[in-house]
Amino acid sequence: MIQNQNNKNLETVLEIKDLWKVYARNNMNIDVENKDLIAQLDKSEDTIVAIRGVSLSVRRGEVFVIMGLSGSGKSTLIRCILRLIEPTSGKIQANGQEVTALSQKELIEFRRKHVAMVFQHYGLLPHKTILQNVAFGLKLQGISKKEGEERSRSALNHVGLEGWENYYPQSLSGGMRQRVGIARALVMDAPILLMDEPFSGLDPLIRREMQDELARLQQELHKTIFFVTHDLDEAIQLGDRMAIMKNGTIVQTGRPTHILANPADSYVARFVQDKRHQLEIANKESF
Amino acid sequence: MDYLLEKLAPTFDSIANGILEVLLGIENLLSAIPWWGYVFLVGFLAWKATKRLCSTIILPMSILIIGVFGLWELAIGTLSIVVAAVILALLMGVPLGILIAKVHCVGPIFHPILDAMQTMPSFVYLIPTMMFFGLGKVPAVLATLIYSLPPVIRLTALGLKQVPKPAQEAAIAYGATSWQLLKEVQLPLAMPTIMAGVNQTTMMALSMVVVASMIGAQGLGQEVLLSINRIDMGRGFEAGISIVIMAIAIDRITQGFARHLDPTKR
Repeated sequence: MIQNQNNKNLETVLEIKDLWKVYARNNMNIDVENKDLIAQLDKSEDTIVAIRGVSLSVRRGEVFVIMGLSGSGKSTLIRCILRLIEPTSGKIQANGQEVTALSQKELIEFRRKHVAMVFQHYGLLPHKTILQNVAFGLKLQGISKKEGEERSRSALNHVGLEGWENYYPQSLSGGMRQRVGIARALVMDAPILLMDEPFSGLDPLIRREMQDELARLQQELHKTIFFVTHDLDEAIQLGDRMAIMKNGTIVQTGRPTHILANPADSYVARFVQDKRHQLEIANKESF
Repeated sequence: MDYLLEKLAPTFDSIANGILEVLLGIENLLSAIPWWGYVFLVGFLAWKATKRLCSTIILPMSILIIGVFGLWELAIGTLSIVVAAVILALLMGVPLGILIAKVHCVGPIFHPILDAMQTMPSFVYLIPTMMFFGLGKVPAVLATLIYSLPPVIRLTALGLKQVPKPAQEAAIAYGATSWQLLKEVQLPLAMPTIMAGVNQTTMMALSMVVVASMIGAQGLGQEVLLSINRIDMGRGFEAGISIVIMAIAIDRITQGFARHLDPTKR
């Protein structure tokens, strides 16, 4: 587990309040307070209630992990933070900005300056070189090519890809492509890092490597990271605090060790069962 | 109809004059190049586009055949009409394709129009253009333009829609404006399909020349028409072969450049 050394600084950097996302066929006005309506929408095949009244807060410098199975709403949640998906209702506050109230222009500024995202399927631009890919976010901001390339080279060195600047994404393996994705996010120097199952698409050994890599970077940089995964081991290894999502709601929030020891309900208990068993065996063997 | 003709006559006249200017300019330019210039030009372009020795030799030789047939001036006349029509088609078609891809309500309006344009026999376009613009080169260019417009519009819209979603999502997540998204991600990645559209539009323009000759466009089309009328097989054959040779040359060269512009093939 990455130790959050700086326990004194408990400033909340990201706050989500009562967030809802309902996918409906027509753009009907959905009153989320109306429980009957929600129950009806749930039953209907045309509509999906992806996020139901989610609230959480993330402190500066911590790695906050959202864990859940497919369909739990975790990918929708992370996309709502920068409004890649527009929430139906609720409030999101990040770095002192009320994201849900920003105009289109302000939203673009917010995306450029306050957050940086790493995607599960890398999201690299196939027609640009590795260096151009990493510098892309800077280019969008209007930063000069020279400065952009300089900072990008440094970011690439940071993730161990020096020498690969002029290659194209198609020449790189999955793990390397994700390092490029991470470099692209790091070079922005944004206070909040959003990571959507960044290692899910990689094979187990590489996944392990990348997790260690991220842990190392975090020790060095102390970023605030919002991390989505479906892998419990990953959550335990990387997370300072975590939240388990099921069916669009958060079932339990807390430190990973706490959740392991005190599952809030039978769902969480089933979830962490294997891991608890593992730890029990490990404890017994160490005597 | 008469009312329309009367009221809009000055507008149509100015459009006609504008197109005529452009057309004559193109024709002068193309006529100024001597035949051996074309042979070299085609050879050069073939090499640049295809990098294959086979094409680089065969294509210029085929161009020579047109000269051997004695149809050179007519070929240049045809070429000018095709070039003028294609340039106009691209200038109109690519922005329209972008509009259809980006603005969702526009698509359903244009699809039936494009469908109609592509299924109507090409002769049909001759009637309104002749009514408004008379006989000659200008209506020929316009009829060719209308006939060859749909492919580039459709394929531009299609190319843009097929740009991989992860790349677009990443660009938006890092703060791309709509314009930046178009310029940096969508257009480059849609380029192969757009070039296919350019290629198809050019081919359709060439195929229209025979029909367009019915309203007075001088060129190879007229030769074919005359041969049909006079049942002169030899003449028709020569003119037909020349059209085919031009089509093949333009097709190979534009396809070769399309491959060059494909950003993912390195």
